[in-house]
Amino acid sequence: MEAYLDNSATTRCMECVTDKMVRVMREDYGNPSSLHARGVEAEHYIKEAKAFFAENLKVSEKEIYFTSGGTESNNLAVIGTALANQRAGKHLITTDFEHPSVLNAMKYLEGQGFRVTYLPVDRDGIVSLQALQEALCPETILVSVMYVNNEVGAVQPIREIARILKAQEKKILFHVDAIQAYGKYRIHPGREGIDLLSVSGHKIHGPKGIGLLYVQEKVKIRPILFGGEQQKGLRSGTENVPGIAGIAEAARACYVELDEKVDRLYRLKDRFTEGIRKQDQTVINGRTGRDSAAHIVSVSFAGVRSEVLLHALEEKEIYVSAGSACSSNKPAVSRTLKAMGVEKELLGSTLRFSFSFETTEEEIDHCLGALNDLLPMLRRYVRR
Amino acid sequence: MFQAFLIKYGEIGVKGKNRYVFEDALVARMKQVLYHVDGTFQITKEQGRIYVEAEGAFDYEETVASLQRVFGIVGICPVVLVEDRGFEELSRDVMEYMHRMYEGVTKTFKVHTRRANKHYPMDSMEVNAELGGRILEQFPGLKVDVHAPDILLQIELRSHICIYSEVIPGPGGMPLGTNGRSMLLLSGGIDSPVAGYMVAKRGVYIDATYFHAPPYTSERAKEKVVDLAKKVARYTGPIRLHVVNFTDIQMYIYDRCPHDELTIIMRRYMMRIAQQIAEDTGCLALITGESIGQVASQTVPSLVATNDVCTLPVFRPLIAFDKEDIVSVAKKIDTYEISILPFEDCCTTFVAKHPVTKPQVERIRRSEQALSEKIEDMVKEALDTREVIQVR
Repeated sequence: MEAYLDNSATTRCMECVTDKMVRVMREDYGNPSSLHARGVEAEHYIKEAKAFFAENLKVSEKEIYFTSGGTESNNLAVIGTALANQRAGKHLITTDFEHPSVLNAMKYLEGQGFRVTYLPVDRDGIVSLQALQEALCPETILVSVMYVNNEVGAVQPIREIARILKAQEKKILFHVDAIQAYGKYRIHPGREGIDLLSVSGHKIHGPKGIGLLYVQEKVKIRPILFGGEQQKGLRSGTENVPGIAGIAEAARACYVELDEKVDRLYRLKDRFTEGIRKQDQTVINGRTGRDSAAHIVSVSFAGVRSEVLLHALEEKEIYVSAGSACSSNKPAVSRTLKAMGVEKELLGSTLRFSFSFETTEEEIDHCLGALNDLLPMLRRYVRR
Repeated sequence: MFQAFLIKYGEIGVKGKNRYVFEDALVARMKQVLYHVDGTFQITKEQGRIYVEAEGAFDYEETVASLQRVFGIVGICPVVLVEDRGFEELSRDVMEYMHRMYEGVTKTFKVHTRRANKHYPMDSMEVNAELGGRILEQFPGLKVDVHAPDILLQIELRSHICIYSEVIPGPGGMPLGTNGRSMLLLSGGIDSPVAGYMVAKRGVYIDATYFHAPPYTSERAKEKVVDLAKKVARYTGPIRLHVVNFTDIQMYIYDRCPHDELTIIMRRYMMRIAQQIAEDTGCLALITGESIGQVASQTVPSLVATNDVCTLPVFRPLIAFDKEDIVSVAKKIDTYEISILPFEDCCTTFVAKHPVTKPQVERIRRSEQALSEKIEDMVKEALDTREVIQVR
């Protein structure tokens, strides 16, 4: 039996999504900028998608931009706003455990004369609001914090952060990387005080190569790609119409009966964490239950190298990640876990299990059973 | 401007009566590599020379690059081939050649004529002098230097005439297939692909054995070895890669033998298995990337202990190489970048923190007796279940 428990790396595309995309590619394949009927047809899909996201996020259609994915959304949000607002100040704030697409954008901006404060996280992987208060200064123009951490599933206090920012005299932009959260949470940027929000298609059973960025209407932002001035010049390049149709279709399907699906996901997660707690020498990183995201569990297995356990599980057709998949082709130690103060010996012994609405109890049990069989064996054979 | 190449080969020339064997092998290999290049090529052997002629349009750079990977070739000369239509025509052709190649440059030159066609009306000295004089008249930037010229313009008078001045170095060595086949123990490291390349360069066909230890080594580690084999195969021709699952044997050794001897005993079993595959598939020797003192398992006593199980000769072309020398060859054959990708190989997984560096063969043999109960069956199982991948 196969158990795909790596849904934070990517998810399987839903059939309704691929059907729609095939139709766009084979039948309604026009360039949305073309003046003829084919172009109008294609443009229709974009309008439809924008209308959906506008309603879903309770924002205006004008505030939705489509990108090539999460990385570009994050890059555009961080670099685009920093460059456009630098006259108001050159100080940026983010956290220790952001995704590399935010962290490395920040690194780039440091090279361009910006100052960046990296907020620490506590043992549970949650950013310290006090540290944020202390970091704020008259120079601060942007704060970027992820909604749900991709490695341990820690949910960040987004509303509280927004409240703190709002209480400042000067406007400070708030960017939220919601790539792991969108599709599991109802997010309303207007109400929550979010100015920019990143979403990715392939984490919500949509296609790879498509993402979106919500940009609040009044936000000053500069493009980072230059070309045919599509999407009001903020994101040049022929729109990825099949991708746009696909991400909208995927999002629509995710939000159907969302509460029921999320409840079910929490029950699966509880089943899994209960099973994990029965194992010796095993630690769950971060919070569990309703205090954490429904679909991510990070577990450290003392005395086992994560890659070895990963490949042993793979032999039983159970697919998981060591650390986070986005950077796991370089066996570097997880920044998040380090930031959370996880013990050194456990850093290289940590796996991430991530579920989706398609995950079943059988898959969870299959995985728990496999861990039961494998752990004693793997702990016996170690370097001495 | 060039439609043909003159191929120079080194050591083959001295091979006496067997010479045709070597030449035929060289031509066969050239045909093989040029098959994949855009263009149609005619390869001809003539009076101790091999010519490659392209018919119509062809990819010059790719042709040269491909020929540079053919062992046995020491030089690739892009030539202008002309019919013999008398000296005046030849002179015109030579001047045109010089114009195209050296217009406006300031250099020294010398004309060197070989008169293989003994009926040519002028002798080689006359041709040299006459052409040299005309070049001096027409190219003010060129001066004669007969001892160390920048440009050595070569004219070969045969049934047709060859004009060239450029020699692109080839890899040297002996044509593939002139020295049987050997089995390379290929890991994912820097050394073993280089070792395979070096032995192949002496005319030996290569097959390879890789030891896979899931879950301790990943599918990607295996992919990496296949990718390495592909790079090596550009020089050595197709490689049959035998992938042997070594996990059970490794665990069994781990359970039953002293830990500081683990690596040595593992390597002895790898040698035994590779040797068995070699014998079963017609390979005459084993090849390893070992180099004295590089790691604990490659000290001289360790090499002795490993070699103890081999009955076939073991070629270790890197034995006295320093790491940086190995790296420079790896870079040249383009395996380095792949080799340094960080995937586990099965030797490092269980390596003891303090492995023996001076193992005694007698003691190792005694330690191995603890394996006698099951090891033969396990080796047989490993041999039977091996996966064979054709790499080309």
